[in-house]
Amino acid sequence: MTDLSQNTASEPRKHGGSLLEQTPRTKKRNAAEKRFRAYGIAAIAAGLVMLIILVTTIVGKGTGAFQQTFITLQVELLESKLDKKGERNIEDIKKVTTFGYAPIIKGAVAAAVEELGIETSLKPKKLAGILSKDAAAQLREYVLANPDQIGQTVEFRFLASSRVDGYMKGRVHRESIANDKNISPEQLDLVDALAAAGVLEKTFNLDFILGADASDARPEAAGMGVSMLGSLFMMFVVLALALPIGVAASIYLEEFAPQNWLTDMIEVNISNLAAVPSIVFGILGLAVFINYMHLPTSAPLVGGLVLTLMTLPTIIISTRASLKSVPPSIRDAALGVGASKMQAVFHHVLPLAAPGILTGTIIGLAQALGETAPLLLIGMVGFIASNAPETLADGLLSPNSAMPAQIYEWAKRADPAFYERAWGGIIILLIFLVTMNTLAVILRRRFERRW
Amino acid sequence: MNDMTLMEKTVDTQKIKIAAKDVNVYYGDSHAIKDVNVEIEDKTVTAFIGPSGCGKSTFLRCLNRMNDTIDICKVKGDILLDGEDIYDKRVDPVQLRAKVGMVFQKPNPFPKSIYDNVAYGPRIHGLAKNKAELDEIVEKSLRRGAIWDEVKDRLDAPGTGLSGGQQQRLCIARAVATEPEVLLMDEPCSALDPIATAQVEELIDELRSRYSVVIVTHSMQQAARVSQKTAFFHLGNLVEFGLTGQIFTNPEDPRTESYITGRIG
Amino acid sequence: MPTIWLVALLLALAAAGFYWGRARALSTAGGDAKDLHSLPSYYGYHVALTSFVPAIGVLAVWLLAQPLFIENRVSGMIPAEAVPENSTLGLVMSDVRRVAEGLDLAVEQGLLTRAEARDLSSGSQDVRALLGEVGVALGNDVRPEVLTAAQAFRNLSNTGKTAMSVVVALLALSGFAWAYSKTHKDFRARNVVERGIMALLILAASLAILTTVGIVLSMLFETKNFFGLHSWTDFFFGSTWAPNFRGDSELSILPLLWGTLYISFIALLVAVPVGLFAAIYLSEYASNTVRSFAKPLLEILAGIPTIVYGLFALLMVGPALAGVFAKGGLLGVEWMAGATSVLTAGLVMGIMLIPFVSSLSDDIINAVPQAMRDGSLGLGATKSETVRQVVMPAALPGIVGAVLLAASRAIGETMIVVMGAGAIAKFSANPLESMTTITTRIVSQLTGDTDFASPETLVAFALGLTLFVLTLGLNVLALYIVRKYREQYE
Repeated sequence: MTDLSQNTASEPRKHGGSLLEQTPRTKKRNAAEKRFRAYGIAAIAAGLVMLIILVTTIVGKGTGAFQQTFITLQVELLESKLDKKGERNIEDIKKVTTFGYAPIIKGAVAAAVEELGIETSLKPKKLAGILSKDAAAQLREYVLANPDQIGQTVEFRFLASSRVDGYMKGRVHRESIANDKNISPEQLDLVDALAAAGVLEKTFNLDFILGADASDARPEAAGMGVSMLGSLFMMFVVLALALPIGVAASIYLEEFAPQNWLTDMIEVNISNLAAVPSIVFGILGLAVFINYMHLPTSAPLVGGLVLTLMTLPTIIISTRASLKSVPPSIRDAALGVGASKMQAVFHHVLPLAAPGILTGTIIGLAQALGETAPLLLIGMVGFIASNAPETLADGLLSPNSAMPAQIYEWAKRADPAFYERAWGGIIILLIFLVTMNTLAVILRRRFERRW
Repeated sequence: MNDMTLMEKTVDTQKIKIAAKDVNVYYGDSHAIKDVNVEIEDKTVTAFIGPSGCGKSTFLRCLNRMNDTIDICKVKGDILLDGEDIYDKRVDPVQLRAKVGMVFQKPNPFPKSIYDNVAYGPRIHGLAKNKAELDEIVEKSLRRGAIWDEVKDRLDAPGTGLSGGQQQRLCIARAVATEPEVLLMDEPCSALDPIATAQVEELIDELRSRYSVVIVTHSMQQAARVSQKTAFFHLGNLVEFGLTGQIFTNPEDPRTESYITGRIG
Repeated sequence: MPTIWLVALLLALAAAGFYWGRARALSTAGGDAKDLHSLPSYYGYHVALTSFVPAIGVLAVWLLAQPLFIENRVSGMIPAEAVPENSTLGLVMSDVRRVAEGLDLAVEQGLLTRAEARDLSSGSQDVRALLGEVGVALGNDVRPEVLTAAQAFRNLSNTGKTAMSVVVALLALSGFAWAYSKTHKDFRARNVVERGIMALLILAASLAILTTVGIVLSMLFETKNFFGLHSWTDFFFGSTWAPNFRGDSELSILPLLWGTLYISFIALLVAVPVGLFAAIYLSEYASNTVRSFAKPLLEILAGIPTIVYGLFALLMVGPALAGVFAKGGLLGVEWMAGATSVLTAGLVMGIMLIPFVSSLSDDIINAVPQAMRDGSLGLGATKSETVRQVVMPAALPGIVGAVLLAASRAIGETMIVVMGAGAIAKFSANPLESMTTITTRIVSQLTGDTDFASPETLVAFALGLTLFVLTLGLNVLALYIVRKYREQYE
C-alpha cells in the first residue's frame, strides 16, 4: 500500500480535525436538533395543558352543582288556608293550588326572621323571595301526601333560590346584582344573617343526580336523573341490537366471507360508515324512523336505533380485530377433530375472542353515550321529562332526554345558573365514560392473550 | 493472543485505524459482547465471521455508535479511532458517523432520486460549496460505487426503482459520498443474488485502496474472497483474529476450526 | 293484536319448536343420540329457526311496507281540488294522519265506540273539539274529505294489521309443521341449521350496505322534493342564506360552505402542527416511559364527547376571546361582537382533533421502516435531519391521508359549531366574526316546529346530502391514499 501518502495528499480529508472537538457546523446542527426536539415537547405539552385546562374547568365549574343551598324552616300548615272546610277531604285540599301556599311560606320566613331577631326592612313577599319557586310545590306535595298534618307545624328544608345559592357559592356578588330584579342587597343581608344562624346552609344535593329537569325559572331544582334514565334506555337498545348484529357481521366477514364483490362492498361500506358525520345518522333517523315509520318523537327507542347504526361500524371493526387475533391453529385443531367450520367458530374462536369483543363493545357504547348531534334531530332535546318512566315499554317509547342532550339544553338557557348545572352534568357524564373505559382497559389487561 | 506475531508483521506497513480494548456490550441484562480486543488497520478489509447471534453485527455497530439509537444497549471499554476514544463525552456521534460510514444488510435507499440519495450526506455535512461541487461529489461517489455507468442517464429517477444489487451499490456510493475514513458493512450481500454479490465484492476490493473496510458476513467464502484479516466471533467472544489465509487454512482455536469445517454454526 | 304480542308469540313458538323438535328426533332414533345424523339440539334449532325466522322477516318487511302502501292509497283518495291553495298534498296527508291518530286515541279512551269512529261525519259533530279532548290539537277545522281519508286510513291500517297478524302466524305455524314433519333421525339437521345461520350472518353483514342505502335514499328523496320547491341554481350558486318561513327564502349553500371550510381550516391549523409534532416526538424521541403515559393522556382528548368541547367553546373560549378582542377587552379594540366566532369554534375543534391527527400520524410514522432511519443516521445525520429529510418525505402520503381524515371530521362536526360558531351566514375573512356552518343549519332547520313540506325545512336534507358526499369523498380519498402508502412498506 504505497499509495497511502499520495492519496492523503491529493484528497485532503474534510473531517480531518479531532473527534473531540465539535466543528461549528456540528454545533449549529445540534442546536437545530435541540430546537426540533423542543417543538415536539412543546406540542405534547400543549396537548396535555389543554387536557388539564379542560379537566380543571369542568371540575372547577361543575362541582358546585353537587351542592345546594337549603333553608330549614318551621312551617305552620294553616288549616284556614289549606282546608277551609276542615273535612280533610283530599279533593278539597287538591283544589288549593301552589299559589295558595305562598302566604304560608311567607309567614314561615317572617316567623323565622322574627324568632332569630334579625332586623330587616324587607316585606314578607321579598323575604320569601330567597326561597326557590319550587318551595310551594314541595309543600303542596307534602300536604297532599299527609293531609292529617294540616294544622301542625312541620320542619321543612326548602331549596334557596338560584341567586341565593349563587351568592353562597361565590357566583353572585353584591356588585353584580345592581340590575337584577330577582335579588336585592337587603335580601343578601338576610341571607348572611340566616347563614350565620345556621338556618341556611349549603349541603350535598342528591336531587341533582337523581331529579328531573326543571323549568327556566327554577335552575336550583334541575337534575340529571331522568335524562340519565333516558341514556340508560338508549344504551339498552344499542347493546341489545349492536352487539349481536355486530358480532354476526364480523363473524361472517372474518370467517366465512368469500373474496367477491359483495364482501368488498360490505367492507367499503363499513369503513365509510365509521367516518360518516354523526349528524347524518340523525337525518337518517328523522327521515326513516320518525317520518316514515312513525315511531314516537323524542323516544329513547329511536335514539337507540340511531346510535345503534352509528356504533355498529366501531363494534364490527374491533370484533374483527379480536377474531383475527385468534390464531388459525385453534380453528385447524377444531376442524381436525371433525367439527364443522360453524362449530369451530362458535365453540372455539368466539369464546376466545369474547374479551376483545366485549372491550370493543364497551368503547362503542361509551362513544354512543356521549353523542349529541343525532339526538337533536330526533327531538330528544328541549323536552322536560318530569317523572321517571315506570316500565320498560314506557322507558323506551315515552319522550325523554339523554345526558348530553340535557347538558346542551341547559347550556342554551339564558340564566347562567344553568351553566353550573351543565358543567355538573358533564362531570356525571364523564364519570360514566371514565368508568366504562376503565372497565374496557381492565378487561383488556386481564384477558389479553399473547399467542 | 497467539497470532500476535502475524499481526505485528502487518502493523509495520499499515497504521492502526481502530483499536478496541476490553469492549463489553450489554442489552439490558444480556451480555452480548465479552471483553473483545481487536485492532483494525487502515486500507485493509477486515471480515467479522461467526454463527448468527455471535455478536459480530453488534460489535460492528459499536464502531460508529449506531447502538446509541437503542436505549437498552450499554457499551463498556474503549474504542479508539486514530487514538481518540469515540465513546468520550465530548465526541458527537454525528461527527463520528461522518468519519465512519455504514452500509446495511438490506439495501435501504431513501425514497428520493438517485442524485438526492448520494447528495444527502454531503448536504447535511456541508461538504459542497455550490451545485457544481455537489455534482462532482455525486459523480465521483457513484463512480466509486461502480454504478455510475448504469445510472448516469437517470439521476432523477427514484433510488427505490433500482434492482437489489444496484440499490446496494447506490447505498455504498451514498456512504462513500461523505468522505469517510472507515466503511462498516453489515452483511451487505445477504439480500443479493450471486451476480450482484460478485459485483459488490469486486467493489469492496476496490474500496480498500482508500478506506479501512470492516465487513460482517455469514459467508466464509465471502470472507475468504474479500478480506485480508478475519475475526471469528462466537457467543460474544472474539475467538481468533488474524490474517485471513491463516485463519482459513490453519486456525489455532478448535472452535474456529469447527466453524470453518461446518461442525458448528 | 299489538306487534309486541305477535313477536312474543313467535318466540314462544320457537321455544316450543326447539323442545319438540329435539324430542321427536330422539324418539325416531329410539332415544339413542348416536343414531342421529346430527346432535339432538340441531333438530331443535331447525324447528325453532324455521318457524321463527321467515315469520319475523315477513313481519319486519310488512311493518316497513304497510305505511308506504296505505299512504299511497289514501293520498290517491284526496282529490286535487281538496288541497288548499297555499298547501301541498303532503301537508294534507299529515292532517289526515293526525286525525286518524286522534280517532284511535278517542276510541282507546272510550270517548267513541268503534262504530262511532267509523261513521263519524264532520257535519254531525265537532271533530276538532273531540280530538282536542284527547290531546290532539289541530290547526283548523276538519274538512270532510280529510275526515273521510282519515277514516279510510284507519280502516286500511286496521285491516293491514289484522292481515299481518294472520299471515305471520300462519307462516310461523306452517314453518313449524313442515320442519317438525321433516325431523327424522336421518335428516341432516346440522347442515340445514348451519346454512340458516349463515344466511343470518350475511344479513347482519349486509346491514352496513342497507344503512348506507338508507342514508342516501332518505336524503335523496327529500332533496328531490326540495329541488321541486326551490331552484337548484340558487342552492348551489346563490350567494345568500336567508330562510324566511313566509316563503321567498334565499337558500344558498355557499355562505355555509365558506363558514364550514373556514372553521375547519383554523381547526387544522391548530391540530396538524401540534398533532404532527406530538406524533414525531412520541415515535422518534420519547422514551418508553414518556410514551406510555403521554400517549394515553393525549388520547383522552379524543374520548371526550363533543358536547363537552361545545360547552367549553361557548362558556370558556368564546368569553376569553371576547375578553381580549371585544369592546372593553384587554386590547381595547372592538373586533368581536360576541363570544361566538370562527376562531372560537376553530380553536376548540383544533384541540379536539389533536389526538386524532397525532395517533394517525404516529401509526404512519411507525410504518416507515427502521432501515430508512438507520441509513440516514449511519451517514451522520442528526435525528431531526433524519425526521425532516427522510422519515417525513417517506411518510408524507400517509400524513396527507390523515389530514384529509381530520378535515372530514372537522367538516362534519356539529356540537362545537352549534355552540361556538354563531348563526350568521356570510362571506367574511375575519376570523373574529361569527359565522355559520352546514351542520349548524341542518340542526336549526330540523329542530323546533318543522313542516316537511316547506323548502326551509327540506333544505336541511339537501345540506345533509352535500355534507355526506363531501365527507364521503374525503374519506374515500384518504383511505385510498393511506392504503396505497401501507402497501408500499409491506
